[in-house]
Amino acid sequence: MKIRLDNVVKEFETFRAVHGVSLDIDSGELVALLGPSGSGKTTILRMVAGLEYADAGAIYFGDENATDIPVRERGVGFVFQHYALFPHMTVGENIAFGMKVSKIKRSPQAIAARVKELLDLVQLSGLKDRFPGQISGGQRQRVALARALAVDPRVLLLDEPFGALDANVRRDLRRWLRKIHDELGITTLFVTHDQEEALDLADRVVILNKGKIVQEGTPETVCRSPADAFVMNFLGDANRLEAEIRGGKAHVDGIAFEADGIADGSGQILFRPADVTWREDGQGIAASIVRVIDRPDSRRVLAMTRSGQAVEFDTAPEFPHRRGDAGFLDIRRPRVYAAA
Amino acid sequence: MAHHGKGKPPRVGDHPLFRRALLTFVLVLVGLMIVAPLVVIGVEAFSKGVAYFGASIADPDTRHAIMLTVITALIAVPVNTAFGVAAAWAITKHDFPGKRLLTVIIEIPFSVSPIVAGVAYLFVFGLQGLFGHALQAMEIKILFALPGIVLASMFVTAPFVARELIPLMQAQGRDLEEAATSLGASGWRTFFSVTLPNIKWALLYGVVLCNSRVMGEFGAVSVVSGNIRGQTNTLPLHIELLYHDYNAAGSFAAASILAGLAIVTLVVKVALERQGAGRIQRPSALAGADTVTPEVKP
Ligand SMILES: Nc1ncnc2c1ncn2[C@@H]1O[C@H](COP(=O)(O)OP(=O)(O)OP(=O)(O)O)[C@@H](O)[C@H]1O
Ligand SMILES: [Mg+2]
Repeated sequence: MKIRLDNVVKEFETFRAVHGVSLDIDSGELVALLGPSGSGKTTILRMVAGLEYADAGAIYFGDENATDIPVRERGVGFVFQHYALFPHMTVGENIAFGMKVSKIKRSPQAIAARVKELLDLVQLSGLKDRFPGQISGGQRQRVALARALAVDPRVLLLDEPFGALDANVRRDLRRWLRKIHDELGITTLFVTHDQEEALDLADRVVILNKGKIVQEGTPETVCRSPADAFVMNFLGDANRLEAEIRGGKAHVDGIAFEADGIADGSGQILFRPADVTWREDGQGIAASIVRVIDRPDSRRVLAMTRSGQAVEFDTAPEFPHRRGDAGFLDIRRPRVYAAA
Repeated sequence: MAHHGKGKPPRVGDHPLFRRALLTFVLVLVGLMIVAPLVVIGVEAFSKGVAYFGASIADPDTRHAIMLTVITALIAVPVNTAFGVAAAWAITKHDFPGKRLLTVIIEIPFSVSPIVAGVAYLFVFGLQGLFGHALQAMEIKILFALPGIVLASMFVTAPFVARELIPLMQAQGRDLEEAATSLGASGWRTFFSVTLPNIKWALLYGVVLCNSRVMGEFGAVSVVSGNIRGQTNTLPLHIELLYHDYNAAGSFAAASILAGLAIVTLVVKVALERQGAGRIQRPSALAGADTVTPEVKP
């Protein structure tokens, strides 16, 4: 099922949480909505589900305008951030709930068979008669997914599906969700504020800031060509140096960087800590070392440029220099943007 | 300190003398103010023998008062339960303008003296009141009759159920209902299969409290009922009447019924509190907490 959002707007009282978002999701695609807290991810997801009504714009499921279809009839599977399992029902009853209340009448045997099939799919066959309070967080997450899948939804929506789990469980469940998605081929939209999760799992990443889409594309596109300083910062550690742009060049402390197509005025240069080489002679921006921090596989160096701007970079563990040493920062892959 | 003997420094108020004094004070007060009166009721009720007790209860006016109280409770409690559930559901699971105001208004009967409520009903339904003439013209009798008694009782106990449910339902949030709806459940289905099972103990708790108050209500009912013996006297009013008739044993016999009811209520209340009602439960699966003891299926 294709999903299309056309200029969707949502306001809470006077606060505009979503500003005219347009988005196309192909049938069978796995798309991540990525953004900082409060950027409107959950709100968008809830509008797609029908749990929240859009104030303007339209949402299409295939060719059908789904904007005014109530949640009940929209045919979406929604997985809540805190699972929202029914605490008074067993795992089996939770999964069966959607089939029991459905307008499509199923025999108890058919329901039981489907519950078993779903429990196998989420690898929880032995836990059918436990209550949600008696299973772990990761298991609850999988029950929530099975429950959502039980009604054969046209679209699967997940709100921070791994948010409440610890790092190892997250990684496992992530790979596992990808596998299930590939098996079932169901159009899936999930929300996360964890860039690693989005890049790891999604076919396409949609990055949001303050209720607007700032960039969308494959993980490769957003990583290799961040559209602006926000995306660059949000996707990972980044250094920022103030620069002055003159005639297609960005100048910092007397060093010039390529800045094609950026208007003259103040600008900024962003680069990753891994894209800096420390040199003792000549090349690069003059700086001195402020602190050296040891990490299991590398050394993080904090330096200060001559104009007083802080830069952090990563080096091999054998990096010999210490606090106070002077040298030069040789920057690879700098990205130049106009000042915010 | 040394005289403590255990080597632990004493905390504030840990001195044995202080502890004993505190305990004595509390026990004496409980004995004088709560236990003694109850014992007196029991003893006095049977002071002229079991036969006299039976006769007092069997007195037509007393029987009528008991009936009237039961009928009042049978009407007022279900209505207030429905109201309380509806109000709590609306306030916690829906957004609408004036929600805060409604929450405050529901609590008013708690802060208004019941006698004030009774007088207010007089002004609304009495002959000189707002609807007095219209009601008289239609020959509908509200005051000094069952409807007035029921209305006054309902006013006084309106907040009981809602007040038990609102904090619990607020803590539970809307996730469960939203999940049920997204799975295709109707509003009713969601309420009966998802909301109700998660609030049932608190609901029962509210109903029990509401019932004991309806049956025991004196002030508001005494204003609107007119105190007509054998017609509009509820049990609490009848007890007072017997007492003023210098029929102490009869009055205590009738009172022992209410006291017995109070004890039953207390037992049920404690049993319900064990089930987790009357305080906010941590919604286990909702919060994703691991330490909550799961509810065991009967
Ligand atoms: N019911 C509501 N009433 C008023 N404001 C709301 C409501 N729901 C969300 N908002 C506001 O809308 C904005 C977007 O909220 P949303 O929940 O979509 O953020 P999010 O991107 O999911 O954030 P997080 O990562 O913290 O979950 C926030 O500023 C939030 O305060
Ligand atoms: Mg959110």
